[in-house]
Amino acid sequence: MPVPRFWRKIKHRYNLIGTKCNTCGTYYYPPRYLCPKCRREGEIEEYQFKGEGTVVTYTIIRTPPDQFQNLKPYVLAIIDLDEGTRVTSQIVCEPNEVHIGMRVRAVFRKYSEDGDDGVIYYGTKFVPA
Amino acid sequence: MREVAVIGVGSTKFGEMWERSFRDIMIEAGLEAIQDAGIEGREIEAMYVGNMSAGRFISQEHIGALIVDYSGFSKDTHIPSTRVEAACASGGLAVREAYLSIASGMHDIVVAAGVEKMTDIGTEITVDVLASAADREWEGFVGATFPGLYALMATYHMNKFGTTREDLAEVSVKNHYNGSLNPKAQFNNRITIDTVLNSSLVADPLRIFDCSPITDGASAVILAAGSIARKYTDTPVYIKASSQASDTISLHDRRDVATLDSTVFAAKRAYKMAGITPKEVDVAEVHDCFTIAEIMAYEDLGFCKKGEGGKLIREGVTALDGDLPVNPSGGLKACGHPVGATGVKQVVEIVTQLRGEAGKRQVDGAEVGLTHNVGGTGATAVVHILTR
Ligand SMILES: [Zn+2]
Repeated sequence: MPVPRFWRKIKHRYNLIGTKCNTCGTYYYPPRYLCPKCRREGEIEEYQFKGEGTVVTYTIIRTPPDQFQNLKPYVLAIIDLDEGTRVTSQIVCEPNEVHIGMRVRAVFRKYSEDGDDGVIYYGTKFVPA
Repeated sequence: MREVAVIGVGSTKFGEMWERSFRDIMIEAGLEAIQDAGIEGREIEAMYVGNMSAGRFISQEHIGALIVDYSGFSKDTHIPSTRVEAACASGGLAVREAYLSIASGMHDIVVAAGVEKMTDIGTEITVDVLASAADREWEGFVGATFPGLYALMATYHMNKFGTTREDLAEVSVKNHYNGSLNPKAQFNNRITIDTVLNSSLVADPLRIFDCSPITDGASAVILAAGSIARKYTDTPVYIKASSQASDTISLHDRRDVATLDSTVFAAKRAYKMAGITPKEVDVAEVHDCFTIAEIMAYEDLGFCKKGEGGKLIREGVTALDGDLPVNPSGGLKACGHPVGATGVKQVVEIVTQLRGEAGKRQVDGAEVGLTHNVGGTGATAVVHILTR
């Protein structure tokens, strides 16, 4: 991913900061600045997610893209955050450990890098809670 | 809205065609369709070309212009040509745009084409291009591959509804059988459940034989206003419904992980427009980019209740000799999946079936056919209903 594109969303990726619509009370992660429910009536503010949630579904990626080769196999899941929004993320655990309904919490981890001298991409992953 | 008919169809053989170029295969399919329709080139008034990612697959954009030029319609008649993109639903959407341009009264005879040349670059890049059909920033960034996203749906579906690993395999076995009867399919080999279960894991629970292949191919259909269709052919096939629906780009934002609401809504709109129920469909071409996708398509298209897709394949209902044959062409799995061409090929297959010209894979007495083309993990769905 080109550096500016990554850099723009650093605060959201590193700290699990999304948004909340004060009009309808819906939480958004990834952040949305237009509430799809309220549209122009929506009142959006940033929100720091608590970082705890439950595994909705998962898979184990065996044939990853180039930049993830050194992580394979890795666990990928959709996590239902306790605030009531869902996020796709990796879970740092053994492949046979993950299951639907598993409680997880957010941690700060490395995702990938652009070659030996390139940028290192960090973000949020989850671990068993 | 005016009635619209398909008066000509054409398709290349699907597969790996390293010796032939993007424009070569598109022209082959287009010429076959024009010949089939028995029209003069100068009668064509417009062209829509479905293509997902020529920009990355062959570093070529401006696809509408390229294809209309090499078709010979840019110097003399100077007809408009428009590229249509909706990831893997690009082809279905090209057919829909062509349909709308005739239904609206703007044009009388239009070409809808679809093309993708995927094998000129390395598999690694191809996989990355396909991942761009989902959300790059919030799915791709964390390592979600395209098979991985469908695997998330499969895990959920199996857990919630008791769909089995064998049910998924049966879809692949059926589609390979159908592909063995289709001379234009990428794969003509028949397989068994064990072939699927013993193939290597890509993203649990999906194995390589659950996944559609990387394919080169092109397809084209000639559409005409219903009022003039019989001037060109004795067997016009009418497009009774054309519909399209959207859902969130990311899988995690969906109402339900194992339902494609875009398909649900596109199908409902199509049945209403055609004035039929799902029970009246005789044959369907659905978007089986992965085996789980075909099982979900049965449910979301209303062929069975939600959660009963596994049962439908298990009981042979969707086999070529079943009550509702699905993917007689071999589907994306065995016929191949040149992404931009797939949605057009589905219409080519249904027209061939409704004309009774499908040879060994002919569905007996097929009068009502349906096509279902999905973009990404279901952010776009396009459904067409065709009748004789
Ligand atoms: Zn709101």
